Amino acid sequence: MGNYVLSNLQVEKIESYLGEGKRLDGRKVDEYRELFVEDGVSENSASAVRVRFGKTEVLAGVHLALATPYPDSPDSGTFMTSAELHPMASQQFDIGRPGINSVELARVIDRGIRESGFIDMKKLCIKEGEKVWQVFVDIFAINDDGNLLDVAGLAALIALGRARMPIYNEKEDKVDGYDDKKGIPLNKDVLSFSMTFHKVGDAIVADVGYDEEAISKFRLTVAIGCDEKGGARITAMQKGKVGTISDKDMETLLKLAESKWSEMFPVVKKHVFG
Amino acid sequence: MVVKKNLYTKRKSGRKMDEVRPITANVGIVPSADGSASFQTGKTKAIAVVRGPRTLHPQHMQNAQTGILRVSYGMMPFSVEDRIRPGPNRRSEEISKVTEWALSSVVDLSGFPNTVVDVFVQIPQADAGTRVAGINAAALALAHAGIPMREMVSAIGVGKIDKSLVVDLDKYEDSEFHDGEGSTDIPVVVTSRTKEIALLQLDGKISVDEFKECIEMAKKACDGILKVQMDALREVSGVRDQKSGGKKNG
Repeated sequence: MGNYVLSNLQVEKIESYLGEGKRLDGRKVDEYRELFVEDGVSENSASAVRVRFGKTEVLAGVHLALATPYPDSPDSGTFMTSAELHPMASQQFDIGRPGINSVELARVIDRGIRESGFIDMKKLCIKEGEKVWQVFVDIFAINDDGNLLDVAGLAALIALGRARMPIYNEKEDKVDGYDDKKGIPLNKDVLSFSMTFHKVGDAIVADVGYDEEAISKFRLTVAIGCDEKGGARITAMQKGKVGTISDKDMETLLKLAESKWSEMFPVVKKHVFG
Repeated sequence: MVVKKNLYTKRKSGRKMDEVRPITANVGIVPSADGSASFQTGKTKAIAVVRGPRTLHPQHMQNAQTGILRVSYGMMPFSVEDRIRPGPNRRSEEISKVTEWALSSVVDLSGFPNTVVDVFVQIPQADAGTRVAGINAAALALAHAGIPMREMVSAIGVGKIDKSLVVDLDKYEDSEFHDGEGSTDIPVVVTSRTKEIALLQLDGKISVDEFKECIEMAKKACDGILKVQMDALREVSGVRDQKSGGKKNG
């Protein structure tokens, strides 16, 4: 990312460690950092959560607002994801217009949620052609210690899973607070989440730290959900950076993705749906 | 002349007129930063991060005599009931500037020519008084980063609700009370040693005498806030003696 430069010695050390299946922070090559989830960041929105993998931390919040539907889908709610990779979080981020990194991050997360059909858009219609709910997911990076993409993606899902439904006052055509007992309409069966793997040295590494991310050759984000039999089914992918993926790397990566998914899916599900 | 009755003799929150909401302050909340802190007053939460001194770009903004302080204040999209569009707006740009002036009045960056010290203030949850909570957090983050400061600053909102003078306005008092003489809101920043005013804004209607009394109330409230700030700094730096300040590695 950016112009962050590591010394050759440090690069060699990271890569040679990985060659032996080790990492500088003591983790295994395929090991994720511990996941922390905290609720109650803001009671002024439908939900707002704080999500952390180790020291990488983001806040994510959900808002619902009244809107007019798009002409091509008059009976569907609308959905928008935005992400701020704020300079608060890293030396590499600048203030001002969202850079390509935050645009890409927001779009990858937006697509994953939108295309999976996780949010039941039809149920967000109030009056066909006239009034629908617009769902906003806002992601804010607090501290970047690598792999913001996965943390931000999880935070978005968890915030949606915990979002309260606002109450629509039809007479006055406005929002009257929230129904604390009612969540927003979600298709729980199609929940999928993203995992990003980087090629660092000759290894495929899960949940990269800051330095690993800086020197990786490529990254591949894989979103996986459940198929009808409870097995893994890929729902989205995005490759990043300039390196190319060999057949061998692809095989290692997919195997890794599938086994990590089986391990993490129950945990993620628990956090999203409580 | 008929003297109208005061319509705000009891605060909606049940607080005494000069009572500040419960405060918590924490230092060192963002590991990758040079300095960081959070400051919460009631339901208003602020976080502040300091990065620098670092080389200032673009180069033409550099000052060969001194480093400069650059503040960016913003409210997170989910901090209020109506979502705020991400990114700067006119309100946040103004608050950034007045915060920058307030903090610059106690910071000494003459030892760091051509550099910038960036202060990022963000509000995750708002219930009025966000700029003063942000300044309290920012002052803590600057001290945590070891930036030379002549003295600390503490900030509080004071004001007048109908005829009553109050300390630490909440959202109801700040923007939902419109009866009688309405609401006057006065954010104030007080320096810790010289007790001078580093920031002052006012919105509403108030007599000179009432205004003077508000300032005295603000100074008193800031004494209490300063204590919380110093405790938070001592906790993180392990410094027990106030004379040696809140510096890291001191």
